[in-house]
Amino acid sequence: MKRLWLLVIVGVIFSSFSVAWATDKIRIGVVLPMTGPVAAYGQMEWAGIQVAKELVPTILGKEVELVLVDSKGDKVEGANAVERLIKLEKVCAIIGEAISSVTMSGGAVAEQYGVPMISPTATNPLVTQGKKYIFRVCFIDPFQGQIAAKYAYETLKVRKVALVIDVQQDYCVGLANFFEENFKKLGGEIVAKAQYRTGDQDFTAQVTAVKAKEPDMIYIPGYYSEIALFTKQARELGVKSIVFSADGSYAPELIQIGGKAVEGIYFTNFYDQSAVATDIGKKFVESYRKRFGRDTDSFAALAAEAYFVLAHAINKAGEADPKKIRDALEGIKNFTGLMGEFGFDENHNAIRPVVIQTVKDGKFAYVGIVKP
Amino acid sequence: MGIIDLFQQLANGLSLGSLYALVAIGYTMVYGIIRLINFAHGDIMMIGCYLAYFGVLMFHLPWQISWILAVSLTSLLGVSIYLGAYKPLRRAPRISALITAIGVSFLLESLGLVIFGGRPRAFPRPAILDIGINVGGVYMISFTLLIPLMTGLLLLGLIYLVYRTKIGMAMRAVATDIETTSLMGVDVDKVISFTFAVGSALAAAGGIMWAIKFPQINPYMGIMPGLKAFIAAVFGGIGNIFGAMLGGFLLGMIEILIVAFMPSIAGYRDAIAFSILVAVLLFKPTGLLGETLREKV
Repeated sequence: MKRLWLLVIVGVIFSSFSVAWATDKIRIGVVLPMTGPVAAYGQMEWAGIQVAKELVPTILGKEVELVLVDSKGDKVEGANAVERLIKLEKVCAIIGEAISSVTMSGGAVAEQYGVPMISPTATNPLVTQGKKYIFRVCFIDPFQGQIAAKYAYETLKVRKVALVIDVQQDYCVGLANFFEENFKKLGGEIVAKAQYRTGDQDFTAQVTAVKAKEPDMIYIPGYYSEIALFTKQARELGVKSIVFSADGSYAPELIQIGGKAVEGIYFTNFYDQSAVATDIGKKFVESYRKRFGRDTDSFAALAAEAYFVLAHAINKAGEADPKKIRDALEGIKNFTGLMGEFGFDENHNAIRPVVIQTVKDGKFAYVGIVKP
Repeated sequence: MGIIDLFQQLANGLSLGSLYALVAIGYTMVYGIIRLINFAHGDIMMIGCYLAYFGVLMFHLPWQISWILAVSLTSLLGVSIYLGAYKPLRRAPRISALITAIGVSFLLESLGLVIFGGRPRAFPRPAILDIGINVGGVYMISFTLLIPLMTGLLLLGLIYLVYRTKIGMAMRAVATDIETTSLMGVDVDKVISFTFAVGSALAAAGGIMWAIKFPQINPYMGIMPGLKAFIAAVFGGIGNIFGAMLGGFLLGMIEILIVAFMPSIAGYRDAIAFSILVAVLLFKPTGLLGETLREKV
């Protein structure tokens, strides 16, 4: 009996200690798909966040505690996870989710309780639209189209462009529209437009129609399968124009299917390790390699940037208060991330450098970086 | 559009059309003999492609041998599908066989997904078929010439088989009246099995040609060609081998010309092409070369 009392007393002392201790920590929630169909994204992002925390272990002089909850890549699980992080774990801010649909369902909860949430990789424009508390560190498609136009006009010096659009994908239609708008604004000309649908295999007619207008460049912001087949047929039909695409190209199948035809194709993307330019970026790449023994990927990098920018915002806010953190986040215009400075626009989307990549000798290769 | 571009588009149309024709003749032949719309034709074609793919990449066979093996194995597959799925239903209403065909189609697609995986694979194109040719500004690769040639040869072979051989005579007899044919001492099952073997071999040949032209194969690759071949066959008059050939050529040509003249609405080319076909069938329900079937008394 005596021993039991002792245990209870020790327990009470210990727990009161730990409560006091807990309030002394900065608790940050992380909601990611650690299992389920998109678990790979969650795993990569969690790896990035862990390394980022190693580099910035304290905020406001207090130790950071990360609370990870698995969303399973599911909308309902994601919303529950956010609820749990806020109500039970009392976190002051949340990093997550990896995909747009779950970020939207979880974001609705965060919005309701007034806790800031930063997604590393949710690209759908609706994720942050009209939301007070939701942010993201990746760019959205209108921005990607704009940068592609800028790079094509200023660096590749093309003036006549043909658009080849997958009418079945909002992603592709949106990118093409934003490209066109910005390219015309710069003084370029759209000489031809051709359409196709996801799953199409024969592009010879589109290629011939486009070729007749002699464009300097063909902009085809679709997905890798069709881009590979299109480019292959274009080269077979004697088209010499530059082919330019977007992040949908980034899959090994592009090179396997396209073979020699896709050599020299350009596309915009979020991140490339070769583009890391800042001190914090170099430290991140180094620590990541030390811990995991491999190169960084864009998921890890963007997740780390979410952590860094959040830490910065909490420091700026002066205390771990969700409302104040939100206000601090909104004010960030030039924060030094891994590849250079970035900030948030009025819709809480990141305005950040865009990476240009190409295919060289059967491999993806880094070309350069375009600052907004 | 300049004259060179027009010729280029015609070459494109010819090349696509002959590919449709190649797949369609196998489709129409099976229908012509046993009145079964074999919805699994496109998926049999897909299996043929994968067999050829594995022959080259896993067993390192020369492509010619791998292709021949793939075609033979696929025709065996066709026979087993007949024996397993269609034969037990030969006396059942035609709608049962049709639904079974759809079932077989889903089965093959799902099996393909499980066994081969969902990510597309790059089909190897033999170097000899990948030589660029430029005829006065009209570009093509050497393979483009092979498709119409191959389609023509297979068509001639098929015509010979159906109209000049004993088994062909049996096939035509089965097409006319199964009951009477079996009363004459013909082994109907053997004849139909043979028909399936030939039809599936044609599917595999068409599939390999398809995969060379569009060197990307996946378990769902058969759906669209199967649909196109079916439409080409109906357009030309289903059951009629010449009709399927003609239908395939016209369908390919129409699709290409739609894109050629209206590239900005090319995303809807299937819809437009199919609407044209619907319009034709409204005026000529039996297709271009189809005969009016009289109800058998």
